[in-house]
This record gives sequence, C-alpha cells and structure tokens, in this order.
Amino acid sequence: MDPGDTPGAPARDHGVPARDHGAPGRERWLDAAAGPIVRPYAVTRGRTRPSGEPLDIVTILVATGRRPAEPGRLARPQRRMLALCRRPYALADLASDLDLPFGVIRVLAGDLLDSGLLDVQRWSAPAAVPSPGADAAAPPPATVPPHLDQNLLRRVLDELRAL
Amino acid sequence: MSSARSNSPEAPEAPADERLDGPRVALKILVAGGFGVGKTTLVGAVSEIRPLRTEEALTDVGSAVDDLDGVAAKTTTTVAMDFGRITLRDGVAVYLFGTPGQERFWFMWNELSRGALGAVVLADTRRLMASFASIDYFERKGTPFVVAVNCFEDADRYEPPEIRTALDIDPHVPVLLCDARRTGSAKEVLVSLVEHALRLAGGSGRRG
Repeated sequence: MDPGDTPGAPARDHGVPARDHGAPGRERWLDAAAGPIVRPYAVTRGRTRPSGEPLDIVTILVATGRRPAEPGRLARPQRRMLALCRRPYALADLASDLDLPFGVIRVLAGDLLDSGLLDVQRWSAPAAVPSPGADAAAPPPATVPPHLDQNLLRRVLDELRAL
Repeated sequence: MSSARSNSPEAPEAPADERLDGPRVALKILVAGGFGVGKTTLVGAVSEIRPLRTEEALTDVGSAVDDLDGVAAKTTTTVAMDFGRITLRDGVAVYLFGTPGQERFWFMWNELSRGALGAVVLADTRRLMASFASIDYFERKGTPFVVAVNCFEDADRYEPPEIRTALDIDPHVPVLLCDARRTGSAKEVLVSLVEHALRLAGGSGRRG
C-alpha cells in the first residue's frame, strides 16, 4: 500500500474542510502520521449508494472486455476488480478478496457497470421441464429468480447430500 | 448472452477447470442466532470461512443524502460477517452468511434476506429467548427457515417437539438438533433447509 498514490485522493479536496470548522486540532483527519488510512468511502468520493438499483451481495459480475475510456480515472480497487472479473466473480468475493467493505465495493461496481466495463451475469433458468398441470397464468420460467427455481434447488439439494 | 465480450488481447485461454470459471449462479443462505450460539462454527463446518465486512453509513432518517456533506454527518458502523462459499458443479455457488444477531444490524439482514434461498436459525436451549427475534424476522419476511438447535454438551437435551412448542414455531417449519462442529451434521441442517425451501417454492400459498 502506498499512501502517496491513493486513487481515492479526490476526497482530500472535499473531505477535510467539511469538518474544519469544528474544534481546531481536535478533529484533524489527516496528518503526516495518518499514513495509508483512508476513510472507507473516500475511494467512492463520498458516495455510499450506487447510482442504480443496489446490487445484491451475491451478484455475479463479469468484465465486458471493453477498454476504459480514461483508465486514469479508475480507482485502484476498480482496476483490480476489472482484472478479477475476467472470470465471473460475486460481489461478496470481491469485497473479501480485495479487503474492502461490501458497501464500498458495491458503489465501485456500480460505476463500472454504468461505464459498461462490467456486466451483471444474468441467471436464466435452463429450459424448464414443462409440467403437465402448469398454470397458464404462471410467469414464464425464465423469470424465476434462482432462489425460487425448483430445478436449481433440486440440484443444490442433490449435491449437498452428495458432498 | 453476450458473445462479443472478449476483445482483450491478453485474455488467457479459457481454463478447463470449471471451478476457475467462476460461479454462474449464486444462492444465499443466512445463518442467524444469538451471540455465541455457533454461527461461525456452523459456517466453518461446511465451508472455508473468509472475512467480509461492511462499513455501512447510517443516517438518522435513513434517507439518502448522497453527497459528501451528508457523509460527514453520517455514522459508519462496521459489521463483520462470517462468510463461506460452497462451490457445487456447473457454476452453482451457495454462499453462507453468519449474521450478527443484534437489532442494530438488521439493516444488514434486510440486505441479505432479499432473494435468499433461506435461513438457518441456530438456537441454544440454555438461551432459547435469543432466537425469538430471528424467528419473528424471517416469519415476517417470508424467508424459508429451519430452526437448528446446537447441542452444547452442558445443555439439557430437549426433543424437537418440546423446542417447537417453547418457540411457538409453525408446524411446517423444520426443527432439528445438530452439532454445528460436525460437517455431516451441519450439512444435514442445510439439506433440511433446501428441502423446506423447495417445498415452499412448489407450494401454492406462498408469495415471493
């Protein structure tokens, strides 16, 4: 870790004055001794929520392979996320492997999705076996989320039993 | 399905080992229960525990003031979770989250229970009260759950029917005894949960 090269540096421009009018000397966030300590949301430039729909903790992300227009604008963790996501990677795994709080990873991932560098890996249930008594009003199988997908749950069950 | 996603020149050959391919679909299971009831032990018995923390910004009103001034006024709270992954075949991954039980962490539960396969409520017969809050929570959310009583050596043994009565649990909710230290036992708990979730997914009277 190299404190001088913190990609979250913009926070420095905005973050310090916000508190400066308090008791001087008591609330100094940054000084020479602070070293690499960066408040968790500095790297997200203070945003604690992603721009779009919040991503689930087990959302699987995958790099689109597109090149960033301005690589220099990416925070270092974002570059590492892109590298890891050359293979599908769940958000929880990214947070754990990069040792960053989940909330931070979620905001950074949101940016990468917005800029088309990452994609959400969608789960589409494999062609469901049509059940004879299927209700005509039932939603098409492809829209079933994984946790309600009976075929998937059955597979999980079989494999857990066999572990 | 996007097929035009590899124009990266340094993209390595696709690895043959499908574990290296990463998950294609992920399912969440929550492990809830009071402090010291064995959540970490249970997660560790079936998967490798890895650290996961989240530093959540809490606002007084819960509204999103999403600028930096807002952040300065927010408190952040760190939540450390026990987190493990069971990797199954064909890119199916099951994620286990041992969640802190205190009410102040319930914002995290909301996050985790959305779209969850289900939850394991771990209980200790010496402190059954500690499981009430979790049970209430999952009942309200409609999250499938099982109650697993971790059998500590120095605790009195009760049979599942007695525990069901003491906790006032619906007859359809599985209640089982377990030893969270043993892989086989922890696995049985998960199997029972998935069976239960499957019944509910196939049943008629349940929404989302």
